[in-house]
Amino acid sequence: MSVGVVVFPGSNCDRDVRWASEGCLGIPTRYLWHEERDLSGLDAVVLPGGFSYGDYLRCGAIARFAPVLESLVDFAARGGRVLGICNGFQVLTELGLLPGALTRNRNLHFICEDAELEIASVRTPWTNAANASDRITLPIAHGEGRYQCSDDTLRQLQDDDCIAFRYLSNPNGSVGDIAGITNADGNVLGLMPHPERACDPTTGGVDGRLLIKALLS
Amino acid sequence: MPFDVAAALRQEGLTEDDYLEIQRRLGRDPNRAELGMFGVMWSEHCCYRNSRPLLSGFPTEGPRILVGPGENAGVVDLGDGHRLAFKIESHNHPSAVEPFQGAATGVGGILRDIFTMGARPIALLNALRFGPLEEPSTCGLVEGVVAGIAHYGNCVGVPTVGGEVAFDASYSGNPLVNAMALGLMETDDIVKSGASGVGNPVVYVGSTTGRDGMGGASFASAELSAASLDDRPAVQVGDPFLEKGLIEACLEAFQSGDVVAAQDMGAAGLTCSCSEMAAKGDVGVELDLDKVPAREEGMTAYEYLLSESQERMLFVVRAGREEPLMERFRRWGLQAAVVGRVLEEPVVRVLQHGEVAAEVPSRALAEDTPINHHELLAEPPADLQQHWTWCDADLPPAPLGHDWGTDLLKLLDDPTIASKRWVYRQYDQQVLANTVVPSGGADAAVVRLRPQQGEASLQTTVRGVAATVDCPNRWVALDPERGAMAAVAESARNLSCVGAEPLAVTDNLNFPSPETDRGYWQLALACRGLSEACRALNTPVTGGNVSLYNETRGDDGILTPIHPTPVVGMVGLVDDINRVCGMAWRQPGDPIVMLGVSGEQPEDDRVGFGGSAYQGVIHGLLTGRPPRIDLGLEVSVQALVREAIAQGLLASSHDCSDGGLAVTLAEASLASGQGVEIKLGASSASLQRRLFAEGGARIVVSVKSERWEDWQALLSSVDVPLQRLGSVADHDQLSITCEGQSVLTLSVDALASTYEQALPRRLEAS
Repeated sequence: MSVGVVVFPGSNCDRDVRWASEGCLGIPTRYLWHEERDLSGLDAVVLPGGFSYGDYLRCGAIARFAPVLESLVDFAARGGRVLGICNGFQVLTELGLLPGALTRNRNLHFICEDAELEIASVRTPWTNAANASDRITLPIAHGEGRYQCSDDTLRQLQDDDCIAFRYLSNPNGSVGDIAGITNADGNVLGLMPHPERACDPTTGGVDGRLLIKALLS
Repeated sequence: MPFDVAAALRQEGLTEDDYLEIQRRLGRDPNRAELGMFGVMWSEHCCYRNSRPLLSGFPTEGPRILVGPGENAGVVDLGDGHRLAFKIESHNHPSAVEPFQGAATGVGGILRDIFTMGARPIALLNALRFGPLEEPSTCGLVEGVVAGIAHYGNCVGVPTVGGEVAFDASYSGNPLVNAMALGLMETDDIVKSGASGVGNPVVYVGSTTGRDGMGGASFASAELSAASLDDRPAVQVGDPFLEKGLIEACLEAFQSGDVVAAQDMGAAGLTCSCSEMAAKGDVGVELDLDKVPAREEGMTAYEYLLSESQERMLFVVRAGREEPLMERFRRWGLQAAVVGRVLEEPVVRVLQHGEVAAEVPSRALAEDTPINHHELLAEPPADLQQHWTWCDADLPPAPLGHDWGTDLLKLLDDPTIASKRWVYRQYDQQVLANTVVPSGGADAAVVRLRPQQGEASLQTTVRGVAATVDCPNRWVALDPERGAMAAVAESARNLSCVGAEPLAVTDNLNFPSPETDRGYWQLALACRGLSEACRALNTPVTGGNVSLYNETRGDDGILTPIHPTPVVGMVGLVDDINRVCGMAWRQPGDPIVMLGVSGEQPEDDRVGFGGSAYQGVIHGLLTGRPPRIDLGLEVSVQALVREAIAQGLLASSHDCSDGGLAVTLAEASLASGQGVEIKLGASSASLQRRLFAEGGARIVVSVKSERWEDWQALLSSVDVPLQRLGSVADHDQLSITCEGQSVLTLSVDALASTYEQALPRRLEAS
């Protein structure tokens, strides 16, 4: 049982994810260079935060062409668990594994602070260890985290119970206070907050352990 | 190649005497490219031609100092195999004309200084100065500078964990942007810059070379005016994504053992890196410009040599190992090319199109550089002597029944004192997963010393490093010597407040022109103060940066100099991050004690209003003489606080600085949401002095109630003046009484709405 963490040249939370998963929670974790295609032996893959290929065009817009992501699409189609955090969430929407898009925060500033979230769905393995409407606190750190989608998509997300997390105090102007969503099958989760930054009591809370543990649950 | 020498000298910021010296060193006339090389290398920015004699007085050695001044960054030994590289650098002039890129590339440059040594950057801090926020242009500058720092630091993946921001009219046309970086050594040997091994290849890595940032070092060494806006090409454009790859590839390369020497290309680009490497190694370097990766066509030798394109490095590599080394860089999408070789003959020889475009003796550029000698005024300038006659008794007395709460709220609304959340919220403070104390929670930032690579990266450790930047510029303006001493003392106090042992200093001397009597006197006295305080506090200086000519010539022709601003960056060792103390009160009932000189003796000149925030914010004054600095008392107060934190006796600790005791108490309440009951007794001192005066090496602590006896026992072994003030309350009112009469009562909510909104209210209105 092990987890892979994708490393783009501009990823900068890849080591933090490994610290959370392997260092804090003892989950064997290896890095996947963006040019690799071999995902064998992995039970879950994390797309970490950062700026993938610099993101000067549009966050995640170039990353979607990475060789590792071709394999990842197959991996997800076979039901493998995929967690996209922050830039990883942006990449998942560019890839089409999740609907919608992430645009610049409403106030146009990068925002780094703790955000209180409501667990809006306990349908999927990511959150079924929690109770509906539980509240958790995870840090956010993004400049482009404003979730946007069409009214139809929003309705679809609600109908399929795909909205995993909502902000209690919307920091960035996201539609429907959305902080994170899953696909309909529930094996792919993308969220802007950073669960890996909330696994080590020395540097923050431990509410993020719920999601990191769920990689292998 | 004939050219107009007089015009070229003006353009390069060189004097006629310099030209004669260049002719002497070369034994002939320089060509235009060579003159450009001398221009940048002999600028204040590169060779400290005005400040060097003053810097020589700094203490630079100590048992923990592994690398002192002269290399890309200082390195201190933290014990347990941890070695810390750190340095501060300014990007003032670029930020004045192009705030976003100016500030961003300031961050990029200081990071390169760190990883060039073989250290992985682990934290960033910054010290910023702007004009008043009432000026619309200031708001734009603040927006741009903060966004630029955020852009670079957040993207490159190094947390910005601390800093300071202050506002004063003297910085209106000339903001200050000082960035400090810390790095943890990842290589066994510290990578130095001296070239060696005749015949070894010289390898260029990183980004391409273009015409951006031409002559930035000379630009940085001249005053600013409206015409400076036309110098925007002198500002570089940064690419943090490239730098992220450069960090990874460089650290891999250094670990391979194939790199003999490394030098980043910052100010003065290829010229500086070649000549520094050659001079330090006492060898020569041949550089073929045709092999340099370029982003533009048709660049002249002059342009190649003076380009300050960002994210570039120069290596000397073991012969035969250049291919595998360059492959590491290509994997990260970076340029890598052999551009020259090490020569036995000590010259920097530049080739272009098969001809020698420039040839200069190695030492001529980088060593024995000219010094501008200045006469030091025998006594302080007359206007300062006049200021020093002002005394606290000249402060307008408060009317009977004065509402002291109004004064406190005014102070909390002052942008220099108010919450900087608007700023630090834009910085990623947590990336790398080691930030124990981020901005706003304590007097200094604390970062855990867990490496990012190898087995140790998956093991936890309780060791940490603390860092802070400080400069009380109002004090320095009135008394550069005391002000500079206070900068060192306050930095050390900030570190001690979190429980860290202060270790070493990097300093950024931001001053006006040294060519006036007054300017040179300010610089000289500040250096004297820094030296004395660093000696007393046992924190040697390991390097830093000098930024002169910080002044603006207005459209009316009048020159406005900045407040001299010697920013002190200091690092300290934290033995156990689980014992770190924050500024927030913790437990109702905990006794509150002020250590240091109390304000109760009216005649004690270690506490006062000269240059204080109260004097400025409430009365619109900047006059008097700052309080006398008692370095012996600093040492004993700080040692006591560190020992008490190590023994786990304190619940909180917070340094008493801008705005005095009242602001200190308010800040601790704001951080915790808890009120306090402060009971002052009878005193011959005025309430003004007791509440708002500054100085006195003071720290306000709250002692854990259950450890009160141990605290008393600790006190019995030391000789530190202190005053019991009251205790943490079980309500949310900041309440101060004197002899039973209410002096001030404010809810924490009332404090918070003022303190938190002061910056957004001004910045978002514009």
